[in-house]
Amino acid sequence: MTERRAVFPFSLLAGLLVALTGAVALFSLAVGRFPVPVERVAWILFSALIPAEGSWNVQETSVVLLIRLPRVLGSLIAGGGLAMAGAALQGVFRNPLVGPQIIGVSSGAGFGGALAILLFDGLFAVIPLAFVFGLLAMIAVWSLGSGDREESLLSLVLGGVVISAFFTALTSLGQYVADPYNKLPAIVMWLMGSFASSSWDRLVFAVPVICCSGTLLYLVRFRINVLSLGQEEAEALGIDVARNRWFVLVCTTLITAATVALAGIVGWVGLVVPHMARMLVGSDHRKLLPVSALLGATYLTLMDDVARSLTAAEIPIGILTALAGAPLFAFLLKKRRREGGAWM
Amino acid sequence: MDVIDMENGGFRYNGGGWIFRSLSFTVGEGEILSILGPNGKGKTTLLKAIQGMLRLSEGSIARGGNVGYVPQIAAASFGYSVLDMVVMGRSRHLGLFTPPGKRDFAVAHRCLERLGLDSLADRPFRTLSGGERQMTLIARALASECRCLVLDEPASALDFGNQNAMLRTLRSLREDGMAVIMSTHMPHHAHVVSDRALLMFSSEEHVCGKCDEVLVDENLRRLYGADVRRISFSSGGRGYSAVVPLFS
Repeated sequence: MTERRAVFPFSLLAGLLVALTGAVALFSLAVGRFPVPVERVAWILFSALIPAEGSWNVQETSVVLLIRLPRVLGSLIAGGGLAMAGAALQGVFRNPLVGPQIIGVSSGAGFGGALAILLFDGLFAVIPLAFVFGLLAMIAVWSLGSGDREESLLSLVLGGVVISAFFTALTSLGQYVADPYNKLPAIVMWLMGSFASSSWDRLVFAVPVICCSGTLLYLVRFRINVLSLGQEEAEALGIDVARNRWFVLVCTTLITAATVALAGIVGWVGLVVPHMARMLVGSDHRKLLPVSALLGATYLTLMDDVARSLTAAEIPIGILTALAGAPLFAFLLKKRRREGGAWM
Repeated sequence: MDVIDMENGGFRYNGGGWIFRSLSFTVGEGEILSILGPNGKGKTTLLKAIQGMLRLSEGSIARGGNVGYVPQIAAASFGYSVLDMVVMGRSRHLGLFTPPGKRDFAVAHRCLERLGLDSLADRPFRTLSGGERQMTLIARALASECRCLVLDEPASALDFGNQNAMLRTLRSLREDGMAVIMSTHMPHHAHVVSDRALLMFSSEEHVCGKCDEVLVDENLRRLYGADVRRISFSSGGRGYSAVVPLFS
């Protein structure tokens, strides 16, 4: 895949993707049950920064700035974060089937959120509990996986499967004991994932966490290349493999937990989008991470547009990403194999 | 000057049996040492200890510079280009947050040129032949600016032509003053390129010495438990010697 480098300069591709992401964001602010023309969206955004006169009304302004903008920002950042986390994890685990869900963090965070809904009225406790249980799941996975050196990656995956199953069972237990009229629907809806409840005060927590962790991942992009060679070779090249892996894992955990806290469990994005990015720029994580982030942001935002515009009622976004993601994933892997490319 | 100096080195995994013990040898600048021994007698463990990936359980090792490692050709699941692979050799000189810069790519290019691989720089690593991959991995080790090169059976997976190219490369690196340590299953290779050979009979029995003195039939027979003969002949006015097993 790297042969394409000379034909299509990376800076041009990156510029195009940034423009595409911006265009999708603008389009997403305009589209919905209450359509606002794109040029008016642009004016509303502009006047929010610099007060200006225009021909839009208060209703349009509040739809764009208070309802759609936080939602679009949320899906952009969650999508970008999840895709980047997935790309980094696939590199570190040297496995094309790994996504943020495999390390058990999603299930842990999912249980935390369900527990919050079960125990408290309102959604205020969802974010902190989802986050805390996401971290707990990661620590549990890690302590199961550490110990033997050679097979540590495999045991990490096994640990992820075990912890994932455990927290899924706990979540089911929570659903079983939940009040079927008012708690259970909230838990089920929350677990299926949605950006519907995105508001500025929910973004305040998740966005900084995802942005900081994403920036840190981007900074270690070259190290992820080295880690992808495997433990022995990476060690021989003079880097501290265990510590570097930890670093990547903590960053991806923070991203995953923050995303689950923001929007529930949104699967498949972190698994599928890195493969799309790889078809564009190859395996080099110096390019793969930023391209994954941009593609993931665009992908999830478009998905969310479908989720909120296709029918009068919201479709949970977790259902859409899985419906679209599973066949897309199969297609991408098959295509790559047919072209004689590497899995990764 | 010694680049690697092991004195009475021994290694065992926590409380396990000794993999090797009371092992002493030195490798100087512009010197090649071959390590021979049957499968599973600790050659790879010793190579790891030389690089510092494993810490000796007893004895000491002094290194007069960085050690560059060339693994056996591994399956490449990632689609990195040759240049990307070689620039990874720069890792130890780069901070956690620093990607390689112009200078690092210049070093990588120089190392590719040094081995005559510059035309392959943009090729995907996984499309290379076995010989080319092995050369790329050597270039990667050189990019780390090492003073000692450690190779794990560099020629075992190669055909005759590539074996020859590999051995010539090792010889030319020696001329640059590189200290080279390689493990090999082929006494013949040891004979052709190395100055000295280390024979690991068992964890505590080894001999190290000039190739002519230690790579003798008796030692090799003991080493492999098979009948081995060294034969000498001349061709085109040059003397050659080869080591052949007598398969029964």
